[in-house]
Amino acid sequence: MVRVAFTANLRRHLDVPTVEVMGETVHAALAAVFAQNPSLRGYILDDQGALRRHVSIFVGGEQIRDRERQSDALSDGAELYIMQALSGG
Amino acid sequence: MHTQTSTAWVATRKGLFRLDRPARGATRHDSPWAISQVSFLAENLSIVLPEKAARGGAIFAALDTGHFGPKLSCSTDGGKTWEARTAPAFPRRPQDAPPELDPNGRPLPLSVQRIWSLESGSEPGELWCGTIPGGLFHSRDGGTSWDFVQSLWDHPGRKQWFGGGADYPGIHSICVDPRDGNHVRIGVSCGGVWRTRDRGKTWDVCATGMRAEFMPPERQRDPYIQDPHCMVQCAAQPGMLWAQHHNGIFRSTDDAESWHELVAPPGAPATFGFAAAVHPRDPQTAWFVPAQKDEHRLPVAGQVVVTRTRDGGASFQTLRSGLPQEHAYDIVYRHALSVDEGGDSLLFGSTTGSLWSSDDQGDHFHLISAHLPPIYCVRF
Repeated sequence: MVRVAFTANLRRHLDVPTVEVMGETVHAALAAVFAQNPSLRGYILDDQGALRRHVSIFVGGEQIRDRERQSDALSDGAELYIMQALSGG
Repeated sequence: MHTQTSTAWVATRKGLFRLDRPARGATRHDSPWAISQVSFLAENLSIVLPEKAARGGAIFAALDTGHFGPKLSCSTDGGKTWEARTAPAFPRRPQDAPPELDPNGRPLPLSVQRIWSLESGSEPGELWCGTIPGGLFHSRDGGTSWDFVQSLWDHPGRKQWFGGGADYPGIHSICVDPRDGNHVRIGVSCGGVWRTRDRGKTWDVCATGMRAEFMPPERQRDPYIQDPHCMVQCAAQPGMLWAQHHNGIFRSTDDAESWHELVAPPGAPATFGFAAAVHPRDPQTAWFVPAQKDEHRLPVAGQVVVTRTRDGGASFQTLRSGLPQEHAYDIVYRHALSVDEGGDSLLFGSTTGSLWSSDDQGDHFHLISAHLPPIYCVRF
């Protein structure tokens, strides 16, 4: 199982409690999250399935590398934190 | 005397405001409009579409949530409650396909960045939506699902579009012919004017006569790169169109077959601007909000004015009663000027959050608020 938590800024738009899902990659974990909450997908991924330009995913404190396909591997017990990339002032 | 519209909507950088006409004497200042409701406070609204009562009166609001992408919401109770609809999205590109490059050689992102135009079609539940980058989308179920208009995207001329003020081109104006829903004209910055007569199956560019002085001489008349900022049609005579173009004001009297530029029309302090509105029954009467041209984008001499023609652009009146005439730096964006169905009432709002109304076709204006967030769209 991996744990997926969301920035509080997203809670302005959607109910996004922290969830535990199965997934050996970030992509698989996201797919499991979206299966539970389909409307969440468009907030995290763009039309082509890439991570939105101003959204970041941290795994164990490091940003994922494959923003296009989210192929980064996950180990059991990993913690994903989905946040907005801060920009502007 | 035509009935005044009693409700209007103002989409801003920080929320959607509903306006209603209070009963006479109900407010201290006897304002013709009062802000009666705020929805999506703190959210960036890119466009609002209040559908006509005859179509059910739903309100569609497009949000640009920034980090989290564009969203679409709908209210069927006058804005009291909202429910999410599907935001239009580009189809997935085959994984092995190379990205398309725009005319500047940059990869064109196939992901909707902003919902920039939204109009009712002629059938129940039918909507058209234009986006940045320049995608056109069509819904037949009130925004529950969207079809990407592939035929326009695949037109070779579409590949010549490029971004003007935005990084990528966008579709900002959609004129659905009230007599024939198969007949739709769109305005693109920068990509000219396009027309379909078969509800989007086939498209033709129709920007002949438009002129882009800022382009190299050999491309100034190129229809594919014209920058109409806003295009509007006369509801009663839809073949009569007006365009506030980057280069000035253009008019078509033949359903966009050809365009005629109004060069230095008498009475107008400038012909640069973004917004345009045309009287719903009299195609000779139209309104614009001029600005000092493109490198400045400020009201001429710090004075907010509206220009009005009643003779098809042969001459203009500069309307300034009730508008600030010194140190005013309000710019009015392309969707932020609107005339109601009756043809007498106007609303316009500015980048600095000022909102004005008129009930006499612009002879006199009334300040509704000077403290709203930056205004992107006003609609009755």
